[in-house]
Amino acid sequence: MSQPKSSPAQVAHPSSPGILRQILSFSTDHKTIGLQYFFLSLIAVLLGMALSLIMRLHIIWPQLRIPLLGEIKPETYLAFMTMHGTLMVFFVLSTAPQSGFGNLLLPSQIGAKQMAFPVLNMLSLWTTVVSFVVMLAALFVTGGAPISGWTQYPPLSAIEAAAPGNGLGMDLWIVSIAVFCFASLMGAINFLATTLRLRAKGMSLMRMPLTVWSWFVTSMLILLSFSVLLAAVLLLFSDRHWGTSFYLPAGLVVNGIAIATKNAGGSPLLWQHLFWFFGHPEVYIAILPGMGVTSHLISTFSRKRVFAYRAMVYSMLSIGVLGFLVWGHHMFVAGMNPNYVMAFSTLTLVIAVPSGVKTINWLGTLWGGRIRFTTPLLFSVGFISLFITGGLTGPILAQPEVDRYLHDTYFVVAHFHMIMGMAGVFALFAATYFWFPKMFADRLMNESFGRIHFWMTFIGAYATFLPMHFLGMAGHPRRYSQIQGSAEYIQKLLPLQTFITVWAIVLITAQLVFLFNFFRSMRLGKFSGANPWDSTTLEWAVPKPGQKIVVNHGPYEFGDFQSSGSQRDFVMQSDSPFLTSNPSDTRP
Amino acid sequence: MSKSSSTISHGTKEAEPKLGGRGPSVPPIVGWGGDDWDNRPQGRRGPRERLHRYRLGIGLALVSIFIIFIALTSAYIVRMGTGHVDTITGDYIVDWKPLTLPGILWVNTILLIVSSVSMEFARRQVFREPLVTEEWLGMGTPTRTASLPWLGTTLVLGSAFLIGQVFAWRELYSRGVFLATNPSSSFFFMLTGAHAIHLTGGMVALMWAATVGIMARPLETRQIATDVSAWYWHAMGALWVYIFILLRFVR
Repeated sequence: MSQPKSSPAQVAHPSSPGILRQILSFSTDHKTIGLQYFFLSLIAVLLGMALSLIMRLHIIWPQLRIPLLGEIKPETYLAFMTMHGTLMVFFVLSTAPQSGFGNLLLPSQIGAKQMAFPVLNMLSLWTTVVSFVVMLAALFVTGGAPISGWTQYPPLSAIEAAAPGNGLGMDLWIVSIAVFCFASLMGAINFLATTLRLRAKGMSLMRMPLTVWSWFVTSMLILLSFSVLLAAVLLLFSDRHWGTSFYLPAGLVVNGIAIATKNAGGSPLLWQHLFWFFGHPEVYIAILPGMGVTSHLISTFSRKRVFAYRAMVYSMLSIGVLGFLVWGHHMFVAGMNPNYVMAFSTLTLVIAVPSGVKTINWLGTLWGGRIRFTTPLLFSVGFISLFITGGLTGPILAQPEVDRYLHDTYFVVAHFHMIMGMAGVFALFAATYFWFPKMFADRLMNESFGRIHFWMTFIGAYATFLPMHFLGMAGHPRRYSQIQGSAEYIQKLLPLQTFITVWAIVLITAQLVFLFNFFRSMRLGKFSGANPWDSTTLEWAVPKPGQKIVVNHGPYEFGDFQSSGSQRDFVMQSDSPFLTSNPSDTRP
Repeated sequence: MSKSSSTISHGTKEAEPKLGGRGPSVPPIVGWGGDDWDNRPQGRRGPRERLHRYRLGIGLALVSIFIIFIALTSAYIVRMGTGHVDTITGDYIVDWKPLTLPGILWVNTILLIVSSVSMEFARRQVFREPLVTEEWLGMGTPTRTASLPWLGTTLVLGSAFLIGQVFAWRELYSRGVFLATNPSSSFFFMLTGAHAIHLTGGMVALMWAATVGIMARPLETRQIATDVSAWYWHAMGALWVYIFILLRFVR
């Protein structure tokens, strides 16, 4: 598969200056910016993981004193929960797959030298860094971070007296998210313009790798949804500081104190509509790039065309469109006209169709392939598994009557951690193992450590999040720091919480294996050669100096090409047009 | 186009497919001699490649800006029609009080529409064929002298609009109408304020285009600066007309 013996000539690489210097530079190079986004997300994910560990420990061991933090109070627990959600959703799942790997690979994969607007790209990166720093500052100000969850429902989030974190911490959260919106919009504009304008000759839309398609659709979602969030947080800020009452209803009583608002008729539901009009596309922003990566890797390691390429593209587009029509399913218990409930429920169920198309096509691609079970493929198959497990609870929660019971229980926590958290992260791991040579001067990560990491993470993910379904079905509410001794009906199930925490610790330990492998391979990884995975797409092609890239082939042409004189079983996109796929390789 | 087959080496030993002999020749792309723009490096494919890229960029940015205002105005329309149930009396109260707009807004609207016209003149001057040809022939920079006065006019009209908006806000203050007075005034200040901020961004873009013109940067750069600012300016004008119609006639 690979010819990894290092030769001194291969060591020389354009990105040779120390990694630390590279990621701290104000570079306009797309690969450097991709790496910078990646490391930003890495810091965010480690912080988010640490917060989740503290929360899990507190649930089973309330008296535990954490070094530097002391005893965890209920409001501290909620602050950590808010920050865990915010960091993971915005700075990990919206940043790493799209801005991180997108910047790293999009220009290379379409045969462009740069993004369309390189300086704008640098600006959006550093704006994201500013947003991240502001968000972290919320943890350290008086009162701490906000406690109303990453969804920040008013009136709780709009009234300073409602909670300790609702002072400066909440303001910092709002400012940080507004800045993040701005950065994401700049990034999305860049992605769309690059994809539409800078493709190499011959790179038609239907020859683009599915990764490029996924970044393209995701950028459209970002463009259309983050603006709405920006408008929503603007109104929230106005309610908090300028005396308006967009979200504040009449007769508010907070902690036993009546809150006088100037105008009485504001509606907390307005926030929910605006927020979820952003929030639901946001979950597709998090998962679509993962779908693209999975399609790409499964085809590469099955040595087969993607099963029904066009169906994959159209299903991605229809997921994008439908994603904007279903926000109401987050609000079934908030009060809504039953006709709307019906419409939102039906539209939500319809999303199962394109999702099912994608799942079946992944399995169809694997079917009958000459599968190479490398670590990236393991994680991609893990993605499919988690996507199905997490996805199947979606139609369950889309039933208004069932949702009324399951709303705000651990069942929902299990659902979105499986499909958004774990599946998203599995795609990230797959991408990291696969494109590591593109990140760090042609080096590969260690396969043995990779396999250990995969199996620990895979088993850990299921063992952690599967039992949460049972807790939820029994009626265990989410967002409670302690429930021992208060709710009779679930006392017998509480040992499950201990089980979950133990497996969460295993899951976190497994990531230490990854981190060790990652940082070790940066310096000591095997050299990969130019195309270690026998991949077909342009990022692995090394043009001769002065040679222009012309695309002559589709993105996934695998098969037996020996009849045409080649020893390889694949045709790169930039190969001569006379290399054609073998007639025996029937198109699905 | 040269006859090289467009294969790219990818580092493996079997980089070049063995086709036997020299293989069939690549049919030349039917073209116009040296005018095969596709064969040129990116950024040099035709006189308008960069321009089109920047136009696309500003168009996409405008999509996201319009979405912000669609979100705000849909909230405006919904809020207008909703009320609340008084917890004590049980009455349904709609607390929206229609806002009488300051008359100066009509003047401002006309100013902004006229500024859009002058901006369009500035934009067309940098693309005018005879002037561009003169520049190509090295006969000075006539597109600058033709477009800069119109840019200046637009800047003056734009500033007049912004000052007019401040007068409108002050008139409402003097009537005792502030941001938090009533939901209608909240939305009025929010919409006009957000628009003013975006228009200020447009002023900055105009100043950039003027600076680029005064410094006599290359023609392509001047064309891009003026063209992109013009489209942004037109969009802000259209956005204002939309907001104004909404505030004036739907209240």
